[in-house]
Amino acid sequence: MKEYTFFPGCSSEHNASAANMENSVQAMCRLLGIKLNEIDDWNCCSASIGYAGGGQLPRMALSARNFALAQKQKGNADLVATCAACWLAMRETNERIETDDDIKKNINTALAEAGLSYDGHIKTRHMVEVLIEDFGWDALKAKVTKPLKGLKVAGYVGCQTNRPFGVCGDSYENPTYLDQMIEATGATAVPFPMKVACCGGALMFSEPDKSCVLTKQILQSAVDNGADVIVTPCPVCQLNLEVYQGKINTTLNTNFNIPILYYSQLFVLSWGGSWQDAALHQQVIPAEPLRRFA
Amino acid sequence: MEKKIGCYICTGCGLGEALDLKALKAIATKEQKIPVVKDHALLCGAEGVGLIQKDLTDGVVNSVIIAACSHREKSAEFRFDIDLLERVDLRDKCLWLLDVKEGDETAEEDRQMMAEDYLRLGCVKMKKMNVPDPFLHSDGSKDVLVVGGGLAGLTAARDVAKAGYNAVLVEKSALLGGKLNDMLKVTPDNKPPYRDVAENFIGALVSEVEGDNRIKIFKNSVVTKTVGQPGQFDITIKNDTVSKELRVGSIVVTTGFTLYDPTKLPGSLGYGSSPDVVTSAEFERMAKAGQIVRKSDGQPAKRVAFALCAGQRDPAHLDYCSGACCIYSMKQAMYVIDQYGQDASTYLIYQEIRTPGQMEDFYRAAQDKGAVFIKGDVTQVGSNNKGGVAVKVNDHLIRNQETLDVDLLVLATGMISTVDTQDPNVPSPVGSARDELPGSVLNLQYRQGPSLPQLGTSAFPDSHFICFPYETRRTGIYVAGPARRPMGIAATMTDASGAALKAIQAVEAVARGVAVHPRSGDLSFPSYRPEGCTQCKRCTEECPFGAINEDDKGNPLFNPARCRRCSTCMGACPQKIISFANYSVDMISAMLKEVEIPEEDEEKPRILVFACTNDAVPALDMMGRLRSPISPYIRIIPLRCMGSLSLVWIADAMSKGFDGVLLMGCRHGDDYQCHNVRGSALAEIRLSKVSETLQRLKLESNRVKMVEVNIMDADTLPGVISDFVEQIGNLNPNPYKGF
Amino acid sequence: MAYDLTFAKDVYKKSEMGHWIKMCMQCGVCAGSCPLRAHWQHSPRQLFQMVRAGKRDEVLKSSDMWMCTSCYNCIVRCPRNLPITHIIHGLARYAETEKMTDPMQPTRRFAVEVFWKNITATGRVGEAMLTMRLYFQDGIGSGIQKALEMKDSALGMLKTRRLNPIPFRGKIKGYDGFAKMLAKAAELESKLENKE
Repeated sequence: MKEYTFFPGCSSEHNASAANMENSVQAMCRLLGIKLNEIDDWNCCSASIGYAGGGQLPRMALSARNFALAQKQKGNADLVATCAACWLAMRETNERIETDDDIKKNINTALAEAGLSYDGHIKTRHMVEVLIEDFGWDALKAKVTKPLKGLKVAGYVGCQTNRPFGVCGDSYENPTYLDQMIEATGATAVPFPMKVACCGGALMFSEPDKSCVLTKQILQSAVDNGADVIVTPCPVCQLNLEVYQGKINTTLNTNFNIPILYYSQLFVLSWGGSWQDAALHQQVIPAEPLRRFA
Repeated sequence: MEKKIGCYICTGCGLGEALDLKALKAIATKEQKIPVVKDHALLCGAEGVGLIQKDLTDGVVNSVIIAACSHREKSAEFRFDIDLLERVDLRDKCLWLLDVKEGDETAEEDRQMMAEDYLRLGCVKMKKMNVPDPFLHSDGSKDVLVVGGGLAGLTAARDVAKAGYNAVLVEKSALLGGKLNDMLKVTPDNKPPYRDVAENFIGALVSEVEGDNRIKIFKNSVVTKTVGQPGQFDITIKNDTVSKELRVGSIVVTTGFTLYDPTKLPGSLGYGSSPDVVTSAEFERMAKAGQIVRKSDGQPAKRVAFALCAGQRDPAHLDYCSGACCIYSMKQAMYVIDQYGQDASTYLIYQEIRTPGQMEDFYRAAQDKGAVFIKGDVTQVGSNNKGGVAVKVNDHLIRNQETLDVDLLVLATGMISTVDTQDPNVPSPVGSARDELPGSVLNLQYRQGPSLPQLGTSAFPDSHFICFPYETRRTGIYVAGPARRPMGIAATMTDASGAALKAIQAVEAVARGVAVHPRSGDLSFPSYRPEGCTQCKRCTEECPFGAINEDDKGNPLFNPARCRRCSTCMGACPQKIISFANYSVDMISAMLKEVEIPEEDEEKPRILVFACTNDAVPALDMMGRLRSPISPYIRIIPLRCMGSLSLVWIADAMSKGFDGVLLMGCRHGDDYQCHNVRGSALAEIRLSKVSETLQRLKLESNRVKMVEVNIMDADTLPGVISDFVEQIGNLNPNPYKGF
Repeated sequence: MAYDLTFAKDVYKKSEMGHWIKMCMQCGVCAGSCPLRAHWQHSPRQLFQMVRAGKRDEVLKSSDMWMCTSCYNCIVRCPRNLPITHIIHGLARYAETEKMTDPMQPTRRFAVEVFWKNITATGRVGEAMLTMRLYFQDGIGSGIQKALEMKDSALGMLKTRRLNPIPFRGKIKGYDGFAKMLAKAAELESKLENKE
């Protein structure tokens, strides 16, 4: 059993948009022998859009508070995030606190108002890094009891689970870790040139027309390459690709109906977990192509 | 020396299985009468090499033919202390180039015929070669003349002295140090982290040179005459009143640059319209005097714009990049920033920023210090009401016309080499060498003129821009620093060091009687039969290196130490009277006549390939390595240089019955690759007259073709060859077969 | 005055990562790497040059930096290692603090008036409230229209338990400290933004 401090993030809350990710991640961790110790009373990380309202210090104070709580509650154990934006914001904040004395001082002045302090030393990791680095491809493959043979999957890495930090030294322009994960479950990773293209991110809310064009290109590429489903590690990507398919179909004259899943859902199903364990019942576009493996 | 030839045939690498060894040995012994013929299954191994060495030690053999792989392979293994060694390539250019299916008897026979022909060629060549008698002289000098006492010259002289040789440094002015004497500080070219302007070090370098007793310094002096050849250059040095002659071994020219005349610049740059428009050189002097001020009213010049490419890369002015202006303008911007701190505003208006070497770091440092870089053009310069000048800029980055009010506008004018050059393609009239050219740096007393040949239409001295950049087309004379091409401080210093080493290499090679380059170590040099000379002057005009002078009657006077052994003179001579001990018109003729030409009814054409040994031969070897099959009817004879091509060989090949001749020379033109600069170009000119020869023989003119082959053409060369083979196949067989 | 460096120096000092702007070498890789390149008037490198040219109004009133989707493509490709994404965020924020941004710029509105208020109100994102606020920011009529457009999706989210039917959420336990912390951070931030 490996233990990690866990920061789920707002979208992974109960009844939130990435509840399917959260539920399948929890099942995945149970099957793999991971204990996730959630930070008590965590707050939002500020996501990628918080800079505009928060600026530098308030934005970073948010993540700093999470670190301070984590350190108090769990010591300096590695902190695992499942959401791309959380991972990025937390890691960036920690980096700046550790390297910029002015920021460290100001952040701690603010944290003191909440009776907290933090001067670095917690490593933030993405769940996919834990899987690859702490368990390894052989261990992930060894768990497979129901190979997803014949399932054609477009591995959509997106932006922030790739840039700017990168995952396990993988390429920025053509990362392969997600394809390897797909192949580890017995499924086939189809060629997918849009694997690191941007879905619009938070601008889907403010500039839906511009963002829908981006999302459409990604969906089209997956369909053109014969994918049955798209798999992603990122909750914003999943949401944009799944929930806006209807709007794209109406406004851009398309006819998409492709399920958008998380890597964790594929693992859980291929490792013998149930449809419910994999939270596949929580798909807005039903994951029909996976039904035969359930 | 009586030649005792031994022929050693290797049967390794599949040669033994593919070829009929007995038949090969019979060719060598019975047909070619080689006294010692042996074979070994691994000739390049210790045992095989030992076999040859033993015969040499025992005195049975003193000249060796090795029939194995390409001469480019196993050269270390087959290195013997002998004068004559010939390599016959049975593997790379025969076995590996022929696609022979097992059991295909015709193909096997063709392959055997090719191998036998190559063995014949090697034997004949060996028999025709003589041991060269090196050109040696007892009155040579190993001193190096350095002309120009600026950064490059000081560096070259210092390095010559450091290496243990004597240098003679000639400086036109009263002071050593050149342009650097005017500089406040210098770019940090030689010291990491390459970010801050560095102290001017020229004073220390001058002291070092002046204190070195290996360096003889002539100030206020110029070279008025250069006679002779490497090892024996006789130089006349003249100051105001006195002329002095002395002998040196080689020459480094480091006369540096002048700056483009700013008054010739377009009016839009504003030079002359206001005292506040200055050149970089003027700005540098102002900075050195501690006066970064408006020249108009003496007010502090806190806002300074620099127009980079003030005339450079403009066909109407200097059509080239001057190499160092971006960097020295950054340096000057730093002067302003260092003097005025927060109040300073500096703008560099550029076409493209070019930062050779480590100077990208300096560029970053300039940005970091706050210099603003604007990609754009200065379109107009006027006055403003604040004093100083209003500079209209077409900013390409924000696509806008802006007006920049500054205290000073600095024009970064470009460098012009101070070495006199001449277009080598325009033959100089006979006798011009005897005239002294005013302002010539060396005043070479050469048949081809007093100046150095230039590269293309540029005013820069030609060398060999790919392989031998320091070298000029005058052996033993090396141009370094901005005299060679525009460059900054770091490049100038490495250039000067390189030229110093080249100059030393030249005097040492000449002292041993060997060629300096590109045929380093070659002991042969041209000689001629005077009674056959018709004074046609082709050799003296065509020599790419100006090695041949003329006597009063127009006979050639060879200067062996100037010669690069390309044999262009040999190919040029219509009388066939120029030859080398180990390379001659007769030798190649004899070789091609030895090829066995099958009867017409056998339907086995023969195509002769003359391949330049510098580029085409390696390309053919690479084809072998890639196993690209070629026609079994090809016979390849390597040539030193296409420049050595004698039209006699074409006539001989046709008379012998070859169906076609393919010539593989190097690329020529302004972007030439010929190691001898003009060799392949001259061959092409000669070849344009070949149709006369063919007409005389009543043969089609397309039986002879010349192609340009690059060393990297192994992928396209098979197609070139097969196209020619097909073209020849469409013609009737050469009717001279069997004559 | 053209190329007056006052504005540039302000940006270098006060805008997050703004000092990096002077290091841009104008290669344009950022421009070619941006997913929304079709929608801005000035690419990142142009904005940087405009900062250096002293074009304060054009830069700060521009909606260009609000086009950033935070995809970080420019940041990993910049050959000069400029943290372009952060510089762009910094410029957006700087324009906001200088009150130069068009208040109706959609991303500015969402980020500042909806998102930041949403997360600071309770400590976490309330997705349902966030969506409602976003849809109804221009009044009830257009809100209903936008909501209707996304009706099927919203129903789907509800059905699959990925949307809370109750838009109001509680505050985090340590909200008081959280709020004080943010107030302090904002106070320090404004000192930074106004530093001379």
